Amino acid sequence: MVQDFRTAPAQYKHWRLEVDGDIATLTMAVDPEGGQRSDYELKLNSYDLGVDIELADAIQRLRFEQPQVRTCVVTGGLDRVFCAGANINMLSTSPHGFKVNFCKYTNETRCGIEDASANSNVRFLAALNGTASGGGYELALACDKILLVDDRNSAVSFPELPLLGVLPGTGGLTRIADKRKIRRDRTDVFSTLAEGIKGKRAVEWDLVDRIAPLSKWSESVSAMARELADELPDASGNQGIDLTRLEYTEAGQGRSYEYVELTIADDGRTAHLTVNLPAEVGPKTAAEAHAAGASWWVFQAFREVDDALCHLRMNLPEVAVVLLRVVGSIDVALGADALLADSHWFTVEVRNFVKRVLKRQDNTAKSFYAIADQGTAFAGLFLEMALAADRIYLLNDPELPVQMGISGTANGGLFPMSNGISRLETRFLGDETAPARILEHQGAIDAETADELGLATSAPDEIDWDDEIRLAIEERTAYSPDALTGMEANLRFAGPETMETKIFGRLTAWQNWIFQRPNAVGERGALKCYGTPQAPEFDYKRT
Amino acid sequence: MPGIDYSQKIPNNVDLKSDKRLQRALESWQPNYLDWWANMGPTDFNEKDIYLRTAVGVDAKGWAHYDYVAMPDYRWGIFLEPRQGEATIGFGDHFGEPVWDQVPGEYRNWLRRLIVTQADTEPASVEQQRLLGHTAPSLYDLRNLFQVNVEEGRHLWAMVYLLHGFFGKDGREEADELLERRSGNPDHPRILQTFNEPCEDWLSFLCFTMFTDRDGKFQLLSLAESGFDPLARTCRFMLTEEAHHMFVGQTGVGRVIQRTCEVVNEGKDPVEVGAIPFEIIQKYISFWSSSSTDLFGSEVSSNASNFFRAGLKGRANESKLEDHRALEGHYDLPVIDGDRVTNDEIPLRNAMNEVLRDEYVKDNEKGIAYWNRICEKAGVDFRFFLPHRRFNRSVGLYAGRRFDLEGNLIDEQTWNQKVGEWLPTAEDKAYVKSLMVPCFERGKYAGWIAPPAKGVNGQEVDFEYVKL
Repeated sequence: MVQDFRTAPAQYKHWRLEVDGDIATLTMAVDPEGGQRSDYELKLNSYDLGVDIELADAIQRLRFEQPQVRTCVVTGGLDRVFCAGANINMLSTSPHGFKVNFCKYTNETRCGIEDASANSNVRFLAALNGTASGGGYELALACDKILLVDDRNSAVSFPELPLLGVLPGTGGLTRIADKRKIRRDRTDVFSTLAEGIKGKRAVEWDLVDRIAPLSKWSESVSAMARELADELPDASGNQGIDLTRLEYTEAGQGRSYEYVELTIADDGRTAHLTVNLPAEVGPKTAAEAHAAGASWWVFQAFREVDDALCHLRMNLPEVAVVLLRVVGSIDVALGADALLADSHWFTVEVRNFVKRVLKRQDNTAKSFYAIADQGTAFAGLFLEMALAADRIYLLNDPELPVQMGISGTANGGLFPMSNGISRLETRFLGDETAPARILEHQGAIDAETADELGLATSAPDEIDWDDEIRLAIEERTAYSPDALTGMEANLRFAGPETMETKIFGRLTAWQNWIFQRPNAVGERGALKCYGTPQAPEFDYKRT
Repeated sequence: MPGIDYSQKIPNNVDLKSDKRLQRALESWQPNYLDWWANMGPTDFNEKDIYLRTAVGVDAKGWAHYDYVAMPDYRWGIFLEPRQGEATIGFGDHFGEPVWDQVPGEYRNWLRRLIVTQADTEPASVEQQRLLGHTAPSLYDLRNLFQVNVEEGRHLWAMVYLLHGFFGKDGREEADELLERRSGNPDHPRILQTFNEPCEDWLSFLCFTMFTDRDGKFQLLSLAESGFDPLARTCRFMLTEEAHHMFVGQTGVGRVIQRTCEVVNEGKDPVEVGAIPFEIIQKYISFWSSSSTDLFGSEVSSNASNFFRAGLKGRANESKLEDHRALEGHYDLPVIDGDRVTNDEIPLRNAMNEVLRDEYVKDNEKGIAYWNRICEKAGVDFRFFLPHRRFNRSVGLYAGRRFDLEGNLIDEQTWNQKVGEWLPTAEDKAYVKSLMVPCFERGKYAGWIAPPAKGVNGQEVDFEYVKL
């Protein structure tokens, strides 16, 4: 099936989003029959990708459509169940590549919640009305505070290791250690106890922040939601925008959007992802950008890039190399930077959105080549797309002038990577003066200068250009895709570690390794045996 | 309580007097248990002398010792059926291996869950029934109620013994929590929903002991097969007591039916003379049997499969079956596909809850047949029936859909139209409740229930079973 990442509250099958003044309530009530495939049932609020696409959409809508909301309560709509995590039958019958991309997408959704909390004047309260296991507890961990019902029965748990022979794959282990900073021996006990921990001990171990009895449940949730909201500045004057449906037409396996064109080469191994800049820079003030809303071209273009990246990941597994281009005027490319640095809530949201799309690119298991040939405009925030690529090919030929563009704001740290520093800083870790030297060149620079500044991987002239690009693609598409994914993930995230880099790094390394091992997915692996009459059989040698 | 004589205070065959760990655990738990009994048990009758059966040993003479005793002084003992020869595990992946005398670490959490879930039902029913004494239809019935209550209390002890004896600190905490949850309490309810249903009148009590305690019988039968030997032997001993509870239910409902038959044969309207019409009795049967059917859990269950393959929870009377590994077989399970009922092949191990439910349904049918023989003998045309297992379910595959008494899928509208004919209405309940006035005179029985065929332990039916 082809995944469609577009949805809207009226279409939700699994969530309800209700807003009351500055408090929003996001209720999970998964339709068991509403899974993406019919060979599993989404029992007990377990989820598949379709459920998470709706969650990601809801979080996004809260930020853009309901900027006055200061607390979002995330709760369960089923009796005595908050969420049982990712659906095990779905996982055990899905191909490896899908599982990995599913986990990655859900991780991005969770990190999106934390990003909103850090940057969007909104706090998240996980109101666990029943047991939260596996991915259910991981979702709670992504929230700022966790309130658990104390009915002597409901618990939080990570049953993955004891029951399934895999790991909590959505940042759970990282978050209990690095976010909640729980003692390692306690996290060890907790992560091997299938039934989890409930009540007072859950509070004592800091697995949850508070517990509340059933009879005082709704008032406890309201009171805690109010407390969280009141810690933040009033935002009732902020007028939300309408997050309109993203439109595209399909062209073969590719997609054609208003600003973005995704085409797939005939062999299916190479994709061209091109952003076509508009002729004019458009809105000049934050108020004008706000008035344009979802049709402000910067915002729309990055929504289109985001959709194209998701499409590449989920629907086009065989594509190896993505050739990135930004076509248009350097002035237009640089024209939005000042607005993105503005403190207006809307431009702040767009800035954070662009940041997340760039991170999505960082985390996409494809080889990205930025292709700066004639007519391209890798400048300002669009230079970030090139810097997020594995390589940058720059045409350096006096007959065919190519320019790049530097922006002190956009390239000076407006869009930090998941490692917490800018792409320029990450690129030049070994030469800390380099970023400042580059940022001195405010505005357009010619290819020669760009090459001298270290922005190009290779800068051939026109005579060598075609062959060089062809060889680079052919070579890349021939390598082991697994080794490439591993290599790229190692090289892209140089520099400091953050919780986010750990989450994605460990997903890529440990979880994916375990997901491939016979102890999990072999004939008698734990994941395969779960729910069947067979007991798992392990090869007990430690690696 | 230093220097306590354990064999006197707590009759047992688990060598309590030399088990320091168990003594320490029980010493701190027992006062809490007595507090719980004082608050949540049949409180208002705690001073009275009641003709009760106490188990003081496991042999034929010891398990049924009758005497007057005030309930708080009842000697809640700990008994395991004696071991016979070299026992081996009777089913699952460990079939044929020696049974476990200690908890296998690998299965510790599962076993604890199983024991806690079973244990939680024992005090729950005492709580549900705590006020019934005030409206007992006779001293005989009052005594039966208290016998059931103290034995449920003893069953709690038996389970707590396992938690204390084999599960360390976690087990002690779970044992404490068993006394903290409360039937029907919105904040900390009992684990299983049927044990949170109010049991406010005697017809409900009799149905409860017939249907809900019968679930207990089958859970105990399946745990009596456990490879964890102390659990298996504990449950085997409990079964002897559980049988009496079902006797109370089966004969009790039978006596209600008997009385209504008499009234009808006298040409009177049961309502006019304060008997219970057959239709209302049937509705109570339909409610309690369907609610109790839920207690077996989901039809398709990974837990059930895990428990079976690990050798923790078997099938009732496993030894009478042939394939003890149950790895190959399938179960044809009717499932709901849109608006139709079709059959699905479920791996047998995953269908173990349903296998046990099959036995339960069969056993219930026998009880229904017994009641119909009463009608038959009395020459009354009315016949009772067991509703289909899909009727009125809140747990499992059939929950959330509506089915009629024969198990046919129906829509919500039809359900709403018919439910008053199928389940007790507020009016029915009010009527039954109106009959609930105590009848404490020796040898007298309330007008809605016939006297029993014979008394307890060879005593007369007008024996002073409770000294009020």
